[in-house]
Amino acid sequence: MIQNQPSASEEVLSGSFKDRLSQLTVTAMISIVVLLFSLSIVVFAPWIAPYPEYEILTDESFALSSEQMWLGSDFLGRDVFSRMLYGARVTFSVAFAIALIAFFIGCTFGFLAAVKRGLFDSVLSRIVDVLISFPAIMVALIVISGLGSSITVLIVTVALIDATRVFRVARALGMDIVVQDYIEAATVRGEKLGWIMWHEILPNALAPLAAEFGIRFTYAILFISALSFLGLGVQPPQADLGVMVKENMQGLLYETYTPLYPALCIAMVTLSVNLLVDWYLKTTDATLPDEL
Amino acid sequence: MTLSALIVKRLLLGVVIMFFVSALIFAGTEILPGDVAQAILGQGATPELLANVRLRLGLGDPVIVRYWHWLSSVITGDFGTSMVSGADIAGLLSERVSNTAMLAGATALIAVPLSIGLGLLCALKPGGLLDRAISAVSLSLISVPDFLVAIVLVMIFSVNLGWLPAIANLRPDQDALAIVRQMVLPVTVLVFTVLAHMVRMTRSSVINVLSSPATEMAILKGVPRARLLLVHALPNALAPIANVVVLNLAYLISGIVVVETLFNFSGLGRLMVESVSTRDIPVVQVCALLFCAVYVILNLVADVVSVVSNPRLRYPR
Repeated sequence: MIQNQPSASEEVLSGSFKDRLSQLTVTAMISIVVLLFSLSIVVFAPWIAPYPEYEILTDESFALSSEQMWLGSDFLGRDVFSRMLYGARVTFSVAFAIALIAFFIGCTFGFLAAVKRGLFDSVLSRIVDVLISFPAIMVALIVISGLGSSITVLIVTVALIDATRVFRVARALGMDIVVQDYIEAATVRGEKLGWIMWHEILPNALAPLAAEFGIRFTYAILFISALSFLGLGVQPPQADLGVMVKENMQGLLYETYTPLYPALCIAMVTLSVNLLVDWYLKTTDATLPDEL
Repeated sequence: MTLSALIVKRLLLGVVIMFFVSALIFAGTEILPGDVAQAILGQGATPELLANVRLRLGLGDPVIVRYWHWLSSVITGDFGTSMVSGADIAGLLSERVSNTAMLAGATALIAVPLSIGLGLLCALKPGGLLDRAISAVSLSLISVPDFLVAIVLVMIFSVNLGWLPAIANLRPDQDALAIVRQMVLPVTVLVFTVLAHMVRMTRSSVINVLSSPATEMAILKGVPRARLLLVHALPNALAPIANVVVLNLAYLISGIVVVETLFNFSGLGRLMVESVSTRDIPVVQVCALLFCAVYVILNLVADVVSVVSNPRLRYPR
């Protein structure tokens, strides 16, 4: 009996799957299609792209779109469409890695703080308080000025910044859960701390955490794109979407739309994730903790 | 605890936080791997040159000593010199600080009242047509990168219509009208980026207050709508709204960095980005310290406003 206690959350996730499908709104459906489409681009970019990422195909900067080059050429005469596919691959996979790492660290320590409380909790919370008293962009700029920029530096830095936010959410959710009877039951039957965290607390916090994951993912996309746009993120000739916007800004003066395409590509994905999160929060009645 | 004692305590806490922040900025830029002297001189550095630069920068001293020297000179207003250009940092800052303050100030002046107004409008009739329209627009604005808004506005107003300059390169010799014309686009972009978050958060905090038993009581007593909003709801919503405003000034900081770079605006944010890419550590440290100080002070203000407007917070649970 006791083993089956946390099944309430499983029901939220799987049992009502059919109900969920029937609640699918048009916006949610479009968002899912856009995201699946983007996922396939991330996976299959090298096979879809008509040209290699770095190959200079024409002398003409900002050539208009043609049958050979669907979105025209960039400032060096490379194919914008191919470069964008590769760029999207970098941006979205890096952002996803950031969100995953941030969640792993943030949830582990957040749940630990909720279970252990006392000194452990207050020390961790104070550390997070100090880290949060930095604007995120400043932390990133300080680290990059010390270490230079590379994809590894980007992922680790932004993941740590995000982990402080996830920590607060996970801790607040955990605090509400550890006082429940099923946690006490698990403790009494002698379960280990790790087991309680991953088998009791996590499943019961899954719905709001899933929503938070979406928010963190979009935040990571916007953040690394902004850094790349500033010239401090992904370094050319490799491109992510932010780098492409930066490289082609001068194209605006020639009345081309080149920098607009990668920017729109970012917006499409972030907007879809946000709409999906909104819909998900409404249909599951899950709420994110206020404090942040 | 009395109110003033509590405020003094918060202020002291702010000083402590600033101390930590300055230590972390120093640590982040100096202790991280990579020899600063090597970074300045680049690949072609000879051992003698390296030793010379290390000596000049005092790199031989222990970290704590260097931190202390740095902190005490910054506090007394001696910001040091740039590693790249050798220019006096205080001189670099003076004009840029006022430019950035002007940009941020103009944005805040427009965005804060506008977003509180829009948020209140939404909260009046949650789920109504107006609410859904404003919420949809603000959700889309949150989702798009700052530079997308900027690109679209530049394309429309600078490239197609030719009304406004695409670059905001302020110079002291320009007249007021020229400065205003250059500021319009950067300020608009910033307002858009801050507005969305502020509207959403104001809306939810006012809705929260409006659903409290106290407001319900007031409705049942037959208090007129306007009085209900302004006398009953607003004082209670003040603390959350102050928090909203301050939280969003954080977005303003990252927005400012992007927008200044985008429009070639000569301000603190662009100075910092340029210094990070040339690894001009002393300039980065001072810029970061200034940005963080503003942020910490704003957070303090929000804290104090919450305590003053909500007596319950004066008694720790």
